[in-house]
Amino acid sequence: MISVKSSTPSVLKTSIIKKVITGLTGLGLFIFIIFHLLGNLLLFNEDPAPYNKYSHTLVSLGWILIALELGLLAFFILHIIYAISIRLSGKKARPVGYYKLKSAGKPGRKTIASTNMLITGVVILVFTVLHLKTFKFGPEYKTVVDGIEMRDLHRLVVEVFQKPGYVIWYVAAMIFLGYHLSFGFWSAFQSLGIHHPRWTPALYTLGYVLAILLAAGYIGIPIWIYFMGGTQ
Amino acid sequence: MQKKMTFNLLVWRQANAESPGKLVPYTAKDISPDMSFLEMLDVVNEDLLKRGEDPIEFDSDCREGICGSCGMVINGIAHGPLRATAACQLHMRHFKDGDTITIEPFRASTFPIIKDLVVNRSALDRIIAAGGYISVNVGGAPDANTILVPKENADRAMDSASCIACGACVAACPNASAALFTAAKITHLALLPQGHPERKRRVIRMVQQMDAEGFGDCSNYAECEAVCPKSISISNIAKMRREYLKAILDLSK
Repeated sequence: MISVKSSTPSVLKTSIIKKVITGLTGLGLFIFIIFHLLGNLLLFNEDPAPYNKYSHTLVSLGWILIALELGLLAFFILHIIYAISIRLSGKKARPVGYYKLKSAGKPGRKTIASTNMLITGVVILVFTVLHLKTFKFGPEYKTVVDGIEMRDLHRLVVEVFQKPGYVIWYVAAMIFLGYHLSFGFWSAFQSLGIHHPRWTPALYTLGYVLAILLAAGYIGIPIWIYFMGGTQ
Repeated sequence: MQKKMTFNLLVWRQANAESPGKLVPYTAKDISPDMSFLEMLDVVNEDLLKRGEDPIEFDSDCREGICGSCGMVINGIAHGPLRATAACQLHMRHFKDGDTITIEPFRASTFPIIKDLVVNRSALDRIIAAGGYISVNVGGAPDANTILVPKENADRAMDSASCIACGACVAACPNASAALFTAAKITHLALLPQGHPERKRRVIRMVQQMDAEGFGDCSNYAECEAVCPKSISISNIAKMRREYLKAILDLSK
C-alpha cells in the first residue's frame, strides 16, 4: 500500500486534527458551562440550604468528581494550546499585513466575536483562575444542614458578591464569555466537520441564543445577590 | 458620449520578492464605466509606458472569470467589492467617479511576491500534485453511462470543481489558510466514483502538503467563502475534515 505510515505519527499536528481537538474540547467545556449554571441557579433561592446541599453532594462524589475535574482541566488546557497554535500559524502565514483590509461581509463570519476569540479566551482563562481561587479554594466556612456538617459555600458567595468591584469584573468577564460562546458553539461543529445546508444556519443562531442565555444567567447571579443578598 | 471616470489609485509596487515594496499613487484618467478593473489598469499601464515608466505588473489570462490568473486585493477585499466576481469581471461602474482605490497583492508567506501584484501561487499546484488526481486507464474513453453518478452528487461535485485556484481564499483568510481551496478539490473528487480509488490517500496527502507549505490553520471565519469568485461554500471544509477523519481512522486499523 501507499506509504501513508510516515504521516501517522504527526497526525496530531495536522491542521485538521488541531481543529477537531479544539472543537471537541470546546463543546465539552460548553456542556460544563451549561451544567455549572444550572446548578448555581440555586443561588437565586434565598435559603442557603439547597445550594450548600448541592455543593456538598458534588464534593461527596469523591474520586468521580476529581476525575471529572481533571478531565475538565485537560479539556481546558488542550483547548487553549490548540487555539493558540492555530492563531500563531496564521500570524506566521502572513508576516506582512494589508495596508487596507475590509471584511467582504456575508456569508463571511468575521465578526467582533470571531476575530477576538483569543482575547475573549484569555479573559476567560484569567477569570477561571481567579474564580477557582475565590470560591473553590477560598475560605471554608462551615454550616450544618439536616444534621450534616458541610461547607457553607453560600455564605462565601454572598460575601464575595457584596463587593461592587468584584461584581463589575464578574459581569464584564461573563460578557466576554458570551461573545466567545456565540461564535464558538457553531465553530465547534464546523471544526468537527458537521455542516448541513439547513441545520448550520440554525446552529449558528442557536449558538447566539445559548450564549446570550448563559451570559445572562451568569450575570444574573452576582447582580441578584448584590442587591438581594445583603438583606439576609 | 458616455461620461469618463477618473480614479486615484494607490498601487503596491515591489520590484521582486527581496526588495521592499510600497504603495505608489497613480491617476487613472478617461476610464469608461464599462471597462473591467484589469482594462482600467491596462489604460494606466499604457500611460506609464508612454512616459517610459515601468508598468504595473499583474496576472491575467482569460479575462472572463474562469482561469483564476487574476487576483489582487482591491480596497481591502480580494477580487474587489463585488460578490462572486473575479477582478477581471469587476467593472468600473461599481466604483464612484473620483474614488481612491487601493490595490495590493495577495499577501501570504506561501505566496511570495514576484513583482508588484504578481504572486507565486505554485504552493497550490503542489497541493494538487500531492493528490488532486484520479486513476484513468489508457485507451478509448468509456461510454458516458457506464459509471453512474447520482444527480445531486454530480451537482455538488460541480460546485466544488468550479474552484479556479485563484488563491483569493488564502488572501482573505485572517490566517492565510488554504483550507477552502484544498477542501474544494478533495470534495470534488470524493463525491465522484472516479475519485474513489485514491480517496483516502488523497485527503491525507493533500492536507499534509497544505500544512507543509506553511499555510495557516482555518479559524472558521468563512471570509474565504465571502470573497470566492465561485462562491465555494465552507461546507467543503467540513467535508474535508470528515474525509480526513474517515481516512485516518480507517488506516490505523
